[in-house]
Amino acid sequence: MTAKPLASSSLFPSAGRMLVYAVLALAVAFFLLPLYAMLVTSFKDAEEIRSTSLLALPGGLNWSAWFTAWSSACTGVDCNGLRPFFWNSVSMAVPAVLISTVWGALNGYVLSLWKFRGSDTLFGLLLFGVFMPFQVVLLPMSQVLGWLGLSSSITGLVLVHCLAGLAGTTLFFRNYYAAIPKELVNAARMDGASFFQIFWRIVLPLSTPIVMVTLIWQFTNIWNDFLFGVVFSGTDSKPITVGLNNLANTSSSVKAYNVDMAAAIIAGLPTMVIYVLAGKFFVRGLTAGAVKG
Amino acid sequence: MKNSFETWLPKLVVAPAFVLGFAFIYGLMVWNGVLSFSASRMLPNYEWVGLAQYDKLWAMDRWWVALKNLGIFGVGYVGGSLLIGVLLAVLLDQKIRAEGALRTIYLYPMALSFVVTGTAWKWLLNPGMGLEKLVRDWGFTNFEFGWLVDTDMAIYCVVIAGIWQSAGFAMALFLAGLRGIDDSIIKAAQVDGASLPRIYWRIVLPALRPVFFSTLMVLSHLAIKSFDLVMALTAGGPGFATDVPATFMYTMSFSRGQIGLGAASATMMLATVAALVIPYLYSELRSKPHDR
Repeated sequence: MTAKPLASSSLFPSAGRMLVYAVLALAVAFFLLPLYAMLVTSFKDAEEIRSTSLLALPGGLNWSAWFTAWSSACTGVDCNGLRPFFWNSVSMAVPAVLISTVWGALNGYVLSLWKFRGSDTLFGLLLFGVFMPFQVVLLPMSQVLGWLGLSSSITGLVLVHCLAGLAGTTLFFRNYYAAIPKELVNAARMDGASFFQIFWRIVLPLSTPIVMVTLIWQFTNIWNDFLFGVVFSGTDSKPITVGLNNLANTSSSVKAYNVDMAAAIIAGLPTMVIYVLAGKFFVRGLTAGAVKG
Repeated sequence: MKNSFETWLPKLVVAPAFVLGFAFIYGLMVWNGVLSFSASRMLPNYEWVGLAQYDKLWAMDRWWVALKNLGIFGVGYVGGSLLIGVLLAVLLDQKIRAEGALRTIYLYPMALSFVVTGTAWKWLLNPGMGLEKLVRDWGFTNFEFGWLVDTDMAIYCVVIAGIWQSAGFAMALFLAGLRGIDDSIIKAAQVDGASLPRIYWRIVLPALRPVFFSTLMVLSHLAIKSFDLVMALTAGGPGFATDVPATFMYTMSFSRGQIGLGAASATMMLATVAALVIPYLYSELRSKPHDR
């Protein structure tokens, strides 16, 4: 990806370049419009929303909608804001992300550096898990969770996310470790290093980039999940996406758009912060996830 | 002794993953299949009724609406994202100032949850508020934009929000593909006097075929699985006008007490994804072996 852009500016006539910039600017407006509208709306009060334009800046930084969204907005009959949902998501995402990443690293290590007969076929079969529609697992899985006594619990959600993420994290690490020269491993074995010593001393220290990719990828997926959250969670274990959806769809006589928008930003904030701070790992995850094999 | 342990150890380490992973993927898949042949309603039971649930499914208007919507959404969302994605990638490839910043802006929606995206667009597309009010404030007082509550047009709101979310993703993949193309072919064409648009049309875009194919595959399977966006934006409404198979499955299984029917619809979704993805996975794994 280090190759230079192929067109040199002299090739493009200046009128054409104007057009290029115009289209790119138009796209910027399209992609920023919702975020901008959310942000300005969240700082307005109901009267301001009615009287001003969608794009108008708010009169001041009025944080009241944010406080309401965080701690007192009503979702159904509960009026505790998004705060409990937010912490549910944190306590679900952190263990699920860590477990599925470690698990994927071990699998990828074996599947690329300790191949055995049939391991490629097994991996190919596992890979279907990346694509399969999870609607298929919803009904049986809710029964399994019931048998395990994990229905409507955060632990149950962690388990589901680990299983659902397994194929993806294994894929990431397997593809990454495929680039490690096998001679390195063989030489270490000659020296008497064991399976786990090689993983711990040689492979893992080389893994920082892919660990970052997997952590960010898994965090984004799990934080943003709605399907498992809405099906498998109970009153006290709903993740933030479910909380936001319930809040925005709670029918009341007066719709508090400012609160809805503040809530949506709160729900999206953790992944957006990560995207801004570690965007290149996020993009690498996206591209690695799209190009299989 | 130690030797045989060392040969077994790697297999032993991945065994739990494969046992649990396969139980999760294939075990539950089969189980769901069995449920779809059962008379399950509020609770799962295993009274075999053959294809009765499938007959019922295909006789339902609501299922046909869901399929038609999936068709509209799939074509619009995948097509729109690919088109905007490739266009932006080609434009960004022209030695653009602030390319990094532009890329960041185009791609950030991908980091957001579809629920967040849906909530935001619900506000923008809200008749009477949002974009409608904006255009009216500009002086076009008769302007109307009521797609979100229009039975025939609401699904296109889902398309718009979906494209907004995923076009940047397509752009990122195409841009990576563009940067991977060998410069010398293009240099040669330039020496021959070919114009830039012509070079792109005849040489560069055809070279992007594998990227195009991967992107198409990922977006298509996302379209089939699409659930959150519809739930957040329209919740399948008005009525069930914006139902897609995923929301249909959810409604039947978890609010209508029609578990057998829900399972049957999930199996249809699985069949669609499998028909699309299995040939792709097969060719990808075969053409790029990692054996060394």
